[in-house]
Amino acid sequence: MTLPSSAIAIRGLCKSYGKAEVLHDIDLEIARGATTCLIGPSGSGKSTLLRCIAFLEEATRGTILINGQPLGFEEQPDGKRVRVPAHQIRRVRSGIGMVFQQFNLWPHMTALGNVTEALVTVNGLSRAEAEARGMAQLRRVGLEARARHYPSELSGGQQQRVAIARALALEPKILLFDEPTASLDPELTGEVLNVMRDLGADGMTMVVVTHEIGFAATVGRRIVFLDHGRVLLNGTPGELFAAPRHPRLTQFLETYLDRGAAMLLKPA
Amino acid sequence: MSFDVSVILGALPAILSGLQITLGIWLASTAMGAVLGFVVAALRHFGPQPLALALRLAVEVLRGTPFLVQIFLLYFGGPFIGLSLDPVPAGLLGLSLYAAAYFSEIVRAGFAAVPRGHVEAAQCVGLSQAQIVRRILVPEMTMLVLPQAVNMAVILLKETAVLSIIAVPEATATISAIGSQQYAFVEALFLLAVIYWGLVEACGRAGQALECRLSKFRFA
Ligand SMILES: Nc1ncnc2c1ncn2[C@@H]1O[C@H](COP(=O)(O)OP(=O)(O)OP(=O)(O)O)[C@@H](O)[C@H]1O
Ligand SMILES: [Mg+2]
Repeated sequence: MTLPSSAIAIRGLCKSYGKAEVLHDIDLEIARGATTCLIGPSGSGKSTLLRCIAFLEEATRGTILINGQPLGFEEQPDGKRVRVPAHQIRRVRSGIGMVFQQFNLWPHMTALGNVTEALVTVNGLSRAEAEARGMAQLRRVGLEARARHYPSELSGGQQQRVAIARALALEPKILLFDEPTASLDPELTGEVLNVMRDLGADGMTMVVVTHEIGFAATVGRRIVFLDHGRVLLNGTPGELFAAPRHPRLTQFLETYLDRGAAMLLKPA
Repeated sequence: MSFDVSVILGALPAILSGLQITLGIWLASTAMGAVLGFVVAALRHFGPQPLALALRLAVEVLRGTPFLVQIFLLYFGGPFIGLSLDPVPAGLLGLSLYAAAYFSEIVRAGFAAVPRGHVEAAQCVGLSQAQIVRRILVPEMTMLVLPQAVNMAVILLKETAVLSIIAVPEATATISAIGSQQYAFVEALFLLAVIYWGLVEACGRAGQALECRLSKFRFA
């Protein structure tokens, strides 16, 4: 079986909370082995879209294919949308890792415990084997020496790197990040962005919701600009950020001058 | 008339037996109350609607009426519904139910206080619902409710004194009886106050030490 060219294929995705529709008919292909950055004004639906891909939210309409496999819902030939069996949902989901703005480490487990939890509890590995794998992931994010520390004993940047190691432990094909540096002090964002840069260079498929415009412009292979629950722009950084620029994007960038947008806006 | 506690201390064996019963009933009802409270909180969350409603009603009645009244009803009213219990079992049952009502509310609030994101992170790495409860929710909840649980244990210790009115031979009943016999009632009550306060203080210290040991698990 040859893999479809896109890691994630989103077709006609709509999401409503009660009567309010917050995502309108999203069609989006996420390229394999590349970093896609999702940017847009607050409330434009970035988190909601990412959470739909992580299956933390169930879309109201439309389908998502992960490497060609339906996530949660499947469109039948007659156009009817049906839920796929639970075990299949879990299998498809296991190929996706998620990193949150608030880290969400489990406070009663060490860094290594957080990373190995799923390996032991879900995959049934022995503790020794899980710890060997867990240490390898912690090494990857530069935190081998902190393995036995509890989250409360780690800085925000270190906690987020542990969270990345935790997401990597199950060896997912796709990593999702929702504003991974937004709750970090400015001097700590660099260490997290560097880890993400390395992952991108290793060929990981990543979807990153971020306000770090500088990061998006330099690491993002594709930029998706969301506005009012729609994909307004989708292209390479060169295409999107170079003049002539879409007026909504310019307006958006002007509010992020301190996050690296200044260099994109300055006249050449 | 003089204030002389030594009159009371003469009856040391009886005092110790009363203390033993107080401690026994306290520890047993705290443990049973905590376990039962956990079960009630879980059933109210995961159980069928009618059961959840019935449990909610029971909890509210137990929390909304004085323990003194509850224990009277259980002991003197019990026989009318075929529940004739000796003082000690009645006291144990009554205090455990009373404790369970409060513990269930503490546990419920504890579960609600676990950040949603911690559960989502577990879902994302593939933990099942049961695994999330066992591995994430219960440990985090326990950490969160520890201070209130210790507080509740202290309240229960003091409530054991109420059991003296259904003739449970615990510390209050024993020591005040000795006081009456020896015409030293004030001394007896003074001694009782010192004993309860000492126990409460010890319980508080133990709670603090436990919290201190667990502090590294605190929320980051
Ligand atoms: N659980 C929810 N219930 C109701 N409305 C919600 C819920 N979650 C999000 N929304 C609404 O959906 C819209 C999109 O929210 P979303 O969090 O996806 O935006 P965002 O682009 O991530 O914004 P931000 O940059 O502030 O994080 C907003 O209008 C928000 O109020
Ligand atoms: Mg968001």
